[in-house]
Amino acid sequence: MTQYGVVLFHTTSSVIRAEKLLIKDGYSIKLIPTPRQFSSDCGIALRFDWNQCEMVKSVLDETKVEFDSIHFHDTKRI
Amino acid sequence: MIYLDNAVTSWPKPPEVLKAMTDVLERVGGNPGRSGHRLSIAAARVIYDTREEIARFFGISDPLRVIFTGNATHAINLALRGILKPGDHVVTSSMEHNAVMRPLRRLEKLGIRLSIVPCASDGSIEVRDLEKAMNSTTRLVVINHASNVVGTLLPITEIASIAHQSGALLLVDAAQTAGAFPIDVRAVGINLLVFTGHKELQGPPGIGGLIIDDNVDISQIEPLICGGTGSRSDSEEQPDDLPDKFESGTANLAGIAGLGAGLKWITDKGVDEIRDHMKKLSQALIDGLSTLPKVRIYGTLDPERSVAIISFTVAGKHISDIGLRLDEEYGVLSRVGLHCAPAAHKTIGSFPEGTVRLAPGVFTTMSDIQEAIQAISKVVRS
Repeated sequence: MTQYGVVLFHTTSSVIRAEKLLIKDGYSIKLIPTPRQFSSDCGIALRFDWNQCEMVKSVLDETKVEFDSIHFHDTKRI
Repeated sequence: MIYLDNAVTSWPKPPEVLKAMTDVLERVGGNPGRSGHRLSIAAARVIYDTREEIARFFGISDPLRVIFTGNATHAINLALRGILKPGDHVVTSSMEHNAVMRPLRRLEKLGIRLSIVPCASDGSIEVRDLEKAMNSTTRLVVINHASNVVGTLLPITEIASIAHQSGALLLVDAAQTAGAFPIDVRAVGINLLVFTGHKELQGPPGIGGLIIDDNVDISQIEPLICGGTGSRSDSEEQPDDLPDKFESGTANLAGIAGLGAGLKWITDKGVDEIRDHMKKLSQALIDGLSTLPKVRIYGTLDPERSVAIISFTVAGKHISDIGLRLDEEYGVLSRVGLHCAPAAHKTIGSFPEGTVRLAPGVFTTMSDIQEAIQAISKVVRS
């Protein structure tokens, strides 16, 4: 079973920006309602394959997309 | 019917704009950032994509510095009321629309100091006069890119460098030029650019925006409206994140989708091509009106130095009668009066009567112009 991580953001614009950049780079990601156990900052979070955590983080860092935090999250399937 | 009132709002709109608006309401329809479901996310994508297109169109790198507002007036108020504090000095021109003048006059009562640089009767400005008006407390220079009364373009690149030499910011009101004239925010040195969606950007009414350049410190701008943003919902304080700090309340999704489609339509057509077309129409209007008796044309009479907005009066005739006859008898739609710009009309010498204003648009043809001139000729002579 795939293990997931989620990136939390402060704003919707940042989530969409991150989504566009990651899709462009070929990552398999999905926008989901922010899991309540993590944060209530923004209604949408970005879910990704936990195996790609470092790479996802480096894309976000390089492109200077503002995000709040990254968490391990394995409760749901795509 | 010949619609020559594009300076107040462009019409007709490209079919792509109408389609984008109905499509987004029919198929997308969610409220961006509020819910996590697919329609909410799809709406957020439409808005973000348009933000990105606008940033690219005006030459800025960060799409989050494109703030959507209800119209240009809203964007101007956001900038002026957000930045200026009692004691600040502001420099503006005598050719401004009331969208600039009224908030400045209001702020003047609250303690800002205002210098209004007189322009020439053709609407042009002497930059040395503007330079003389600057002082060490000048916080902001607010200037129109082109007059809504006579179309005269102002030298915003020179004005930017004068503003910056005094440590002031430059706010440009591009309501009449965005989409009709190429604007590169970074290259010109504009700090704050105000645009409206419903004129030459070919979008619908109800959408405009403020572009804030990278070098403007966001913490120095107070929001005009506070409220729900879908972000940091655990807090009762307005967030500092962009664009949310300045965009509370549900966004105008259909308006933004329409604006995005208008922008794409313009980009496909080419702003330079549109500008060439408008210059030809402008020249034809000036040439045609110049041959008519008792007609006085205002402005530079030079399409190179203006956008396609022509104002005229006829000796011995009321402008309101001319406007009514053009509409009723010939189907030529103009706008008569003071065009929400009393200062500009005082400057060009047409206050308080005002002028008849003709503003062709991208869909106006040369034969429309010839027909309109014939109609004006008949009205003038009878």
